Amino acid sequence: MTAQESRPDDPLATAETWRRSGRGVALATVIETWGSAPRPVGSHLVIDEEGNFMGSVSGGCVEGAVIAEAAEVIETGKPQTLEFGVADETAWQVGLSCGGRIAVFVERID
Amino acid sequence: MKLDLLAKLNGERAARRAAILFTDLEDGTQRLVREADIGPDDDLESGLLRGGKSRVVEVSGRRVFATVHVPPAKLVLIGAVHISQALAPIARVLDYDTTIVDPRTAFATEARFPDVTLVAEWPDAALPQVGLDRWTAFCALTHDPKIDDPALIAALEAGCFYVGALGSKKTHARRVERLKAAGLSDEAIGRVAAPIGLAIGAQSPAEIAVAILAQITATLRLEAGAA
Repeated sequence: MTAQESRPDDPLATAETWRRSGRGVALATVIETWGSAPRPVGSHLVIDEEGNFMGSVSGGCVEGAVIAEAAEVIETGKPQTLEFGVADETAWQVGLSCGGRIAVFVERID
Repeated sequence: MKLDLLAKLNGERAARRAAILFTDLEDGTQRLVREADIGPDDDLESGLLRGGKSRVVEVSGRRVFATVHVPPAKLVLIGAVHISQALAPIARVLDYDTTIVDPRTAFATEARFPDVTLVAEWPDAALPQVGLDRWTAFCALTHDPKIDDPALIAALEAGCFYVGALGSKKTHARRVERLKAAGLSDEAIGRVAAPIGLAIGAQSPAEIAVAILAQITATLRLEAGAA
């Protein structure tokens, strides 16, 4: 049984399957949270070069911004740590309305 | 992340083996540590597995993210008895994947156990398909040695992280004699929690269920010997 068959809704299994099919793939992981964050540390979002995604790092608040950054990570191969929170101008724009802060690590699958 | 590293990690997860992926947050370099690679002196890795939560740690002065993958815990109950009826719904809230084994078809009915995996077979036949492992908590609850004993032996051999058996001190003393006669070591027999559950003065089946799940939680989360 492959990982994909055993866990059809699993971002890590999906990342492996997408990469094996030749797509450019980035993996985003919540590495830190402060205050009330919607998704726990360790949550994953997998994104491909066309902007398809699976999983969740925030329950919808910052996914759009992470997906946009992922496109760059897929192109350059350079991992990025993104921070979102109420103290951050970007967070107001993307709307982390719960008042918490999160840090997300985005890396390319090579 | 290198694809072959991701494949290795997914392979460990699919096989229900714990693993930790360390990612250096400055340069992105990664290292996979499998459960089998962790020695008794690896306090950082052991602590991460026990806690079961991913987090940022410091390794040699560098910020490293530890992605902790621990298989979902299983709970295997031998005996579709009254205590199991109380245990199953509490275990579900605690995210255990629960299976109840009892060859007595009058006990193992869906009406008594809605939303639980029920196997109405003898443990010898049932347990290979249930799959006991070190991420499994096991309770023998029938009071019937013909059903409990073979299952207990299988649970000890599989290295289940928790092995408990219902019964008074007297009942357990007789059980210890039977397990010795079956060739089990004192060390293995000593791993059986009996009388089962934390000593909280539990009386009703629901209270006994709470005592059992509290003991299972303590065994899972506290360092060995602290429970």
